[in-house]
Amino acid sequence: MAAHPSSKDNSANNLRKIWFDPNVRALVFQIIVVIGVIGFFFYIISNALFNLEQRGITTGFGFMNQTAGFGIIQSLIEYDESHTFGRTFIVGLLNTLLISALGIIFATIIGFVMGVARLSNNWLISKVATVYIETLRNIPLLLQIFFWYFAVLRALPSPRQSVSLGEAVFLNVRGLYLPSPVMEAGSSFVVIAFFIAVIGSIVLAKWAKRRQMLTGQPFPVLAVSAASIVLLPLIVFFIMGMPIGLEYPALKGFNFQGGVVVIPELAALLVALSFYTAAFIAEIVRSGILAVSKGQSEAAESLGLTRTQALKLVIIPQAMRVIIPPLTSQYLNLTKNSSLATAIGYPDLVSVFMGTTLNQTGQAIEVIALTMAVYLTISISTSILMNIYNKKMALVER
Amino acid sequence: MSVHQFKPDQTPPDMSVGFVGWMKKNLFSSWINSFFTLLILYLVIPPLAAAIEWLFINADWIGESRDACTSDGACWVFVIDRFSQLIYGFYPTEERWRVNIVFITFLLLIAALIYEKTPHKPKLAIFSLVIYPIIVFFLLLGDAFGLVKVETHQWGGLMLTLVLAIVGIVAALPIGILLALGRRSHMPIVRSFSTIYIEFWRAVPLITVLFMASVMLPLFVGSEVDFNKLLRAMIGIIMFQSAYMAEVIRGGLQAIPKGQYEAGEALSLSYWQSMGLIILPQALKITIPSIVNTFIALFKDTSLVLVIGLFDLLAIGQSALADPEWLGFSTEMYVFIAFVFWVFCFSMSRYSIYLEKKLHTGH
Repeated sequence: MAAHPSSKDNSANNLRKIWFDPNVRALVFQIIVVIGVIGFFFYIISNALFNLEQRGITTGFGFMNQTAGFGIIQSLIEYDESHTFGRTFIVGLLNTLLISALGIIFATIIGFVMGVARLSNNWLISKVATVYIETLRNIPLLLQIFFWYFAVLRALPSPRQSVSLGEAVFLNVRGLYLPSPVMEAGSSFVVIAFFIAVIGSIVLAKWAKRRQMLTGQPFPVLAVSAASIVLLPLIVFFIMGMPIGLEYPALKGFNFQGGVVVIPELAALLVALSFYTAAFIAEIVRSGILAVSKGQSEAAESLGLTRTQALKLVIIPQAMRVIIPPLTSQYLNLTKNSSLATAIGYPDLVSVFMGTTLNQTGQAIEVIALTMAVYLTISISTSILMNIYNKKMALVER
Repeated sequence: MSVHQFKPDQTPPDMSVGFVGWMKKNLFSSWINSFFTLLILYLVIPPLAAAIEWLFINADWIGESRDACTSDGACWVFVIDRFSQLIYGFYPTEERWRVNIVFITFLLLIAALIYEKTPHKPKLAIFSLVIYPIIVFFLLLGDAFGLVKVETHQWGGLMLTLVLAIVGIVAALPIGILLALGRRSHMPIVRSFSTIYIEFWRAVPLITVLFMASVMLPLFVGSEVDFNKLLRAMIGIIMFQSAYMAEVIRGGLQAIPKGQYEAGEALSLSYWQSMGLIILPQALKITIPSIVNTFIALFKDTSLVLVIGLFDLLAIGQSALADPEWLGFSTEMYVFIAFVFWVFCFSMSRYSIYLEKKLHTGH
């Protein structure tokens, strides 16, 4: 006689069924995770509030309107001690963006040159590039920054013994002094002419590409745009009677007056960031070029394209598809690494805001949250742009 | 019937073999190549000669103080004078044998793990990832087994650099695995939490993480918990590193063919069984080169702890430069520290390339 399952056994069985149901398990597990995370945040926030109260620190962003009372050695916007902490935030942010933009430009140029050089069939060139890459990327960036700042730039002569180039450019321990442009009446026309030439070149490039797609006839876009970008503003410049002059730096008293000065902190940081990141970019460029299969260049050759045409129309577009994603993450790394500025006192966001402002106000949570938010915004917007670009460039397969 | 006799091979033209042929092919293949070769020789040789002269020929090696540095070359006396501080930091002299034991056992373990024919390698790897760090911790800190306690603020130099980097990678590995699994999980809440954690730490610079760890962590816990500086830095590094580790491991998980997952299911293994027995061993194996690469990045990044006042190798060197007795020898110090970092990183990167090649032939 078959055993009749009692109702008690049945309900236990049902419970077991429910317990081994993956959906139920997932739900239970997720509820535990949510409770855990909420509990964790509750714990740290209540602790933080208690500790802040104990130390008599008020929370909130009210401090942003208080007077900062400290100077900053370089600011792109008007700033002095009487401005607010909110203003120091902007000054720091702009300095971070400045060093990142300059670093990205230089690192890209050096990186592409070194990456191509490493593939050169000239043994000496490829070895020099290899040594450059293997040396720089295996040494901490902070050490490189210190080296350029303390060992190289600190060893430069005093303002009186400046190294000068044609009495217009001076290099000394206080920085690099360059002539600055002086805009007189009518100079805006030159600037406008420059922008017209740039926009015209972009339009021209689009038109030339479409025409080549339709008819196969190439157009010397590069030469024409280069000529128009140089010549158009130059012509306007002479027509308007040379409205842009140069102000030369000159030694007055103990220091140079006039001109533009590149402070040594900026120079050291820029050199270190560009050289360091360029070593990584070089490897990306090299692997990108190697990733284009040899058959592609052979196909281009068999179509009768010249070497330049093959590079421009076949090799580089395909290499770029491989190069761009890791290249962007190097740009992001460079931007994040610019925060090392704080170690030598270049007034970037971290140094000005997370350093001085934090010390003066004691508003640790707000200051750190705001600084991290800036980097988060930069990262997220970069990756969104990257994804759009990637979609556009991705290989369309059948 | 005459048998056809091959003529003996002719010797290749003199210009295409030997040193001359190599030069012609690799240095002077066209006029533009010749131009670049000469230009680079012109640009490289004089500075290289000057550097060698400065580094070795004219350098001062023996002495006690800066008076010994009389020639124009590098003053290695300075570095030699500070050498033990650069390695051990402020660790008490009579206790340094403990650090030496750690260094030696560490090297032996690494050698055993790299050598291909070591028996019981997986067991050894688990030992060095789980048990060995605990032994090292008690050996370095003391206060147990009759050892004198050495406070962590006395740790420094290369020893601290290694401790930070290794703790960072060892602790980040399990967290990274969990995060990677979480990011690939089917549970939406777990997946989004993991994704947010990973993307957040990857988006911010390490320096801000270190600042956060050093300024905010004490606020987040009750005042009864004692957080020393080293521990705070370690927590910051681990949080940061685990996000990078998670992405590396995610890459490995994605590279495992779907059939492997299905095989686990077909054997009616549970999620953790199939992960632990089938997927993760394979995923970890193929990600070893990438893990080595993130370790190199972490190793270099540990130098950032100097901004929160820890004395790693670079910070010790930097503070030595401020010594009024040795002003003006910064280049020597930087060259030495750079050399130490370079040796570590370069050998690790060679090892990772070697591994990549070795693992590649398997497919």
